[in-house]
Amino acid sequence: MTLEQLFAESLGVAVDLVHDDLTYQSIPQWDSTAHMLLIARMEDEFGVMLDTDDIIDMSSVAKARQILAKYDVQC
Amino acid sequence: MNTASSVSGMLSGQKVLITGAARGIGAAIAERFASAGATLWLNGRDGPSVSALAELLNQRYGVSCSPLIFDVADEQQVKAGFRQLFSQSKTLDVLVNNAGVLDDALLGMVTQRQIQQTFAANTFSTLYCSQYAVRMMQRAGHGSIINLSSIIGRVGNSGQAVYGGSKAAVIGITQSLAKELASSNIRVNAIAPGFIDTAMAHSIGEERFQQRLDSIAMGRIGSADEVAKVALFLASDLSSYVTGQIIGVDGGMLI
Repeated sequence: MTLEQLFAESLGVAVDLVHDDLTYQSIPQWDSTAHMLLIARMEDEFGVMLDTDDIIDMSSVAKARQILAKYDVQC
Repeated sequence: MNTASSVSGMLSGQKVLITGAARGIGAAIAERFASAGATLWLNGRDGPSVSALAELLNQRYGVSCSPLIFDVADEQQVKAGFRQLFSQSKTLDVLVNNAGVLDDALLGMVTQRQIQQTFAANTFSTLYCSQYAVRMMQRAGHGSIINLSSIIGRVGNSGQAVYGGSKAAVIGITQSLAKELASSNIRVNAIAPGFIDTAMAHSIGEERFQQRLDSIAMGRIGSADEVAKVALFLASDLSSYVTGQIIGVDGGMLI
């Protein structure tokens, strides 16, 4: 699964809406509750446990990609 | 411990982390939960003690019981501990924030180090562990967090400004998280023990020990298992509509 697909499924939005510049709270679907569900989905999908700092820093799709790279996840 | 057969299986299938489980109230909760069929992770700093208890409960009750060695006062160690837990289970049903320290001193004699250590062990640890546990509970779709406060956190006591402050903060954390997490089906409650028969209680000297006994309406010290039974209630579905509560287990103690 691509990162875009994961975001789309977790947030309940069309995949073509998900791009690197999409930022936290820029759309109603990506609120704080959805953010935590998104984190859980990422952890399940990629088999990592993210740090609290990473969760706070994950302010965009591009940032998510960058954070996952720290855990050797390329997506 | 008198383990009633009626509680057998009450926590069957429930995944539970208990901090500060090596001795005292934490160990009593571990035994109660093991007798109720829970799958346990026991935290403590003293590896051999925690491992020995885990092995004992495994043999006595036939439940999975694993040691998880880290210092709850150290955020980095908490992170590493939860990472280890996460590698074994993606979900958690119950967290018991029990670990804590008691270090009394009159205000003029309180050191900066005492303040930092006491709040780190009693208060910050509750936030650190809850933060990681909640993520695992949200994945499960439910959860119960049980925080150990103290009667001193509710009513205060001379010579215990630091301890009382750290335990009062636990009450604030409990009531706030109960409101924040109710929509995630995660209940958050606290137990406020009074004078309980643990090594901590016997460390205060004979004269103060007797004074404490004299202040208890029921006229006796409480047992760690009497606290554990309330923890079992809060962990189980018997308390399915209970959240944000601070339950005193103090025999009618007045301070």
